[in-house]
Amino acid sequence: MTHPNGDSPNPEFEPKLIGFLCNWCSYRAADLAGISRIKYPPNMRIIRVMCSGRVDPTFVLEALAQGADGVMVAGCHPGECHYIEQNYKTMRRFYMLRQMLLQMGLEPERFQLVWASAAEGQQLADAVSKMVEEVRRLGPLQWPANWQENGQRLHALQAIVQEHQQAMEVSR
Amino acid sequence: MNPTPSTPTPSTASSASGKPKLALYWAASCGGCEIAVLAINEKILDVAAAFDIVFWPCVMDGKVRDIERMPDGGIDVCLFNGGIRTSEQEYMAQLLRRKSKVLVAFGSCAHEGCIPGLANLSSREEIFQAVYGNGQSTENPQELRPQVQTHTPEGEILLPYFYDTLRTLDQTVPVDYYLPGCPPEAENIWKAIEAIVSGKLPPRGTVLGPTTTVCDECPRKRSEKKIQQFKRTWQTVPDEETCLLEQGLVCCGIATRAGCGALCPRVNSPCIGCHGPNVDVPDFGARMMTALSSVLDANTPEEIERILTEGIPDPVGVFYRFSLAASLLRRSRLRKKEVGPGGNGGNGANQPTGSPAVEKASAARR
Ligand code: SF4
Ligand code: SF4
Ligand code: SF4
Ligand code: FES
Repeated sequence: MTHPNGDSPNPEFEPKLIGFLCNWCSYRAADLAGISRIKYPPNMRIIRVMCSGRVDPTFVLEALAQGADGVMVAGCHPGECHYIEQNYKTMRRFYMLRQMLLQMGLEPERFQLVWASAAEGQQLADAVSKMVEEVRRLGPLQWPANWQENGQRLHALQAIVQEHQQAMEVSR
Repeated sequence: MNPTPSTPTPSTASSASGKPKLALYWAASCGGCEIAVLAINEKILDVAAAFDIVFWPCVMDGKVRDIERMPDGGIDVCLFNGGIRTSEQEYMAQLLRRKSKVLVAFGSCAHEGCIPGLANLSSREEIFQAVYGNGQSTENPQELRPQVQTHTPEGEILLPYFYDTLRTLDQTVPVDYYLPGCPPEAENIWKAIEAIVSGKLPPRGTVLGPTTTVCDECPRKRSEKKIQQFKRTWQTVPDEETCLLEQGLVCCGIATRAGCGALCPRVNSPCIGCHGPNVDVPDFGARMMTALSSVLDANTPEEIERILTEGIPDPVGVFYRFSLAASLLRRSRLRKKEVGPGGNGGNGANQPTGSPAVEKASAARR
């Protein structure tokens, strides 16, 4: 199977996604999907929060920095939040964080916001399946590899130590 | 963020001359922190009276070899400014860590990367391209680049290896204390020196400064007002009394550790966050985004995106001006071929192995 962008997806790669799901809606939607035996891939580790407004941008950054391939935030539809308008805050945070992450070089598919009510088990399952496929196509993210430098770093350090040892006759 | 350093408890009262030994060093920095030390004015004489200054390359002659020959822990206090961008800087950080009882990350660059850390938005090759390649004032048709190793008839010449990613001091070696600010203010430098001299130091790993935000030191009036747009500083002359954030300017006082006395808002300019995140804030930008989302009055994706694009066209530069290298993501994403231990950035020999001693010494905080 080939892709619109010419890359062939790596069928071996199983994306690791983190999903922050609101207790009152999306988390119940995920539950409903389970009870109703709606099939969706098991790639998303779900973290239940009391409201999507509880999702601090720190959580998202931490997930990516620890090696997640993508992050989903899901909450009640705008206007239906149990804490009145916290999910509007979520929406503002999401777009702010998204613009920052795009500037850092993240593909938009790896960070998604989904609204799903408690009755929308199918919709949530579809959104998860779609995101898993999109991220599978992009491949692993491996954010921490970005700051690992290559082998030349240690080689160069060693060269300094040797040079100083020779020139300065120091013992270490 | 705070590591547990392995060095013994400081005792600053030991030296042949009876005076504790002081070292000052700079790595990837602008030199401002060196000047800041001199800004304590005549008190510098008190510092010279209280300490035996053994190493301060910016100000006095001194040799790395003399430091190498000292016993480990032979320096009582080292004030280290600048981030770590090259192998030479990493070597000096390791050396001074070993030789110093107390290592202080002095100023924003050593503490959190600061402006030199913003270059973490580019790769090594992109930085070289801008500096040695197609820069406005550069003519380099042969595309020459500095080489780590050059053979000459007289022998090998080595240059430091330039890293893709600038690291903070504590991402390189364990750090005992942090003195925030770009640069730290004279009173705070003096307070830190007094604390060190008197031995009245807080627990290791502490940032020497208050645990509130710049907003708490700011005299401006706040009224919990929502804002409709973000303005850039050149688009408005703010009134002198109202909170700058409520006037639409992105003021980072809400996320920034106090200690400067709200210097910038007092002269009608928003805080840009040079003292770094307040205590218990792991990621400065995340705190800013949370705070700005609460005051922004916009409820559709289109409107939010429009306001952001117009008012904050450079979100990383605004949210992480001083703290990109210390942030959770540390840098922008490298292109695939540049990533990780297998990649080859281009210049010099690519020899992947280091001596075990070096590996061990550089294993801290990675
Ligand atoms: S912290 Fe600021 S003043 Fe100090 S070296 Fe860095 S850029 Fe310069
Ligand atoms: S946001 Fe800025 S102007 Fe407003 S109170 Fe805080 S420091 Fe002062
Ligand atoms: S107001 Fe902010 S930017 Fe200005 S000196 Fe204080 S901490 Fe630094
Ligand atoms: S309660 Fe579900 S988003 Fe707030």
